[in-house]
Amino acid sequence: MSKPRNERAWLLVLPVVVLVAFSALIPVMTVVNYSLQDTFGNNEFFWNGVGWFRELLDPSTDLGGRFLDALWRTLLFSALCLLIEIPLGIGVALTLPRRGWGVAASLVVLALPLLIPWNVVGTIWQVFGRRDIGLLGAALNGMGLSYNYAQNPLDAWFTVVLMDVWHWTSLVVLLCYAGLRAIPDAYYQAARVDGANGWAVFRAIQLPKLQRVLTIAILLRFMDSFMIYTEPFVVTGGGPGNATTFLSIDLVKIALGQFDLGKAAAMSIVYNLIILTVCWVFFATTTRDQNDAVTDAGGKGP
Amino acid sequence: MSQAQPRTVSAAPALPASWARPRGGALRAALPRLVLGLYLLFLLVPIYWLVNMSFKTNLEISSAMTLWPREPTLENYRRIFTDASWYGGYINSLKYVLLNTLISLAVALPAAYAFSRYRFLGDRHLFFWLLSNRMAPPAVFALPFFQLYGAVGLFDTPWAVALAHCVFNVPLAVWILEGFMSGVPREIDETAAIDGWSFPAFFIRLFLPLVAGGVGVAAFFCFMFSWVELLLARTLTTVNAKPIVATMTRTVSAAGMDWGLLAAAGVLTIIPGAVVIWFVRNHIARGFALGRV
Repeated sequence: MSKPRNERAWLLVLPVVVLVAFSALIPVMTVVNYSLQDTFGNNEFFWNGVGWFRELLDPSTDLGGRFLDALWRTLLFSALCLLIEIPLGIGVALTLPRRGWGVAASLVVLALPLLIPWNVVGTIWQVFGRRDIGLLGAALNGMGLSYNYAQNPLDAWFTVVLMDVWHWTSLVVLLCYAGLRAIPDAYYQAARVDGANGWAVFRAIQLPKLQRVLTIAILLRFMDSFMIYTEPFVVTGGGPGNATTFLSIDLVKIALGQFDLGKAAAMSIVYNLIILTVCWVFFATTTRDQNDAVTDAGGKGP
Repeated sequence: MSQAQPRTVSAAPALPASWARPRGGALRAALPRLVLGLYLLFLLVPIYWLVNMSFKTNLEISSAMTLWPREPTLENYRRIFTDASWYGGYINSLKYVLLNTLISLAVALPAAYAFSRYRFLGDRHLFFWLLSNRMAPPAVFALPFFQLYGAVGLFDTPWAVALAHCVFNVPLAVWILEGFMSGVPREIDETAAIDGWSFPAFFIRLFLPLVAGGVGVAAFFCFMFSWVELLLARTLTTVNAKPIVATMTRTVSAAGMDWGLLAAAGVLTIIPGAVVIWFVRNHIARGFALGRV
């Protein structure tokens, strides 16, 4: 536990600091700089102070209303993704065999969606959901449901969420499977001696042992679903109307479409701060629980 | 009705209990397989549909729903392999993905070692700051990157994309490697120092082989996240370094919907990933534990 103190370790960290400072710190400073200014083109900038931020956080303004709408949509999307993917991921991980030829084959298939470029994922579902040339769209319409993701907002949401489940549940499965494999057999033998049923084994042994990987899974899934851009952009383009315009899509529209640098920069900062805050709070609370558990166990020990 | 019966019957003491049990046991054993099978099917069907389309002519795609190509054609693939603007995209993509993986590992290895072995001024803050870059939406970076790499003359080169992807890959690589390195006992470092190994020699010849699995996993993740990213790759390139993912979006919107060609290009982007997975298939489970479980 007690690592030696050695300031020369900074030399080893220096390359990372220089690299990340170049590719992250400079852009962040640019963004902060823009967020405080206004531009009418021609590289002329005017000091605007916190004007953009005030507008952004005031729902009655044009920009503020637009931002808050996109924010709620993104939060709803993240919530739906987490609610579906985490339980489903745990469930599928529990069905995976512990050994045998089926394991490698299943893992390869599971990992496949993770390595498909995001716009190809979008393309796959764009095609798959179309009623004229896609299997899903044709099947749903064949069953008498009128399904058209390009026109009906609800169908668009259904497609986008289903696509994310398809794309990312595997990550939760693989993380959980790795966690499950790390549980020693002795735990299961003890449970068998006690006559515990499957549910009791899950609650008392498997779920607590999965806590760490689940923390990682929830963090990664929250971040990535909250930042989602490419997949819904390819499938719905943010539509119909603005039904699936998530924060990233709106941001790119403002920044690279309209070149509204000040607005986009202010939005970037608020957007990034939201992710940082949520992750930090979640991380702090879960790791504090884990630390408490460790201290408790230590106290009860020798 | 008939399903409920065996249970009540088996509860009666006159009948052997073992009669009902294997039935329930067999069903219970088959259920996970069934759920898993259905889930894997759910994963494969959309991919199958893309592969199916890539072998069809555009006429067949638009005229009828067929579960497999009636007149299988390789025309879509032929066009990609003979047109430089298409196959060049794959080469460009592979260039920056490999560059990014190399850069990420090169800087992350010493840093991860420092984090796993020593305490130093601001170490925790630095670690969280690094990770916080993984939490920044690429959309936030798109515009400043565009200007930054334009200013330093790297715009439209593989280097621009490779460096840009470092923002999220380096923190991840540090995180993964730190986990694996913490699993190696510190006594090894101390023994090597006493035996007179210099640090670079120790690190490269003794320590790296011990964390080879971790290096593989980190490389896998860097490859994966660089290969799948579109927004930054598209923003930072125009002609010379244009990646395949950007070629796909632009060609499609300009030339109308050439579904067969699009599908074939998509299938070809899945292949490198599938190859990589095949090589690491026995390490996937351990790798996803990030070395720390």
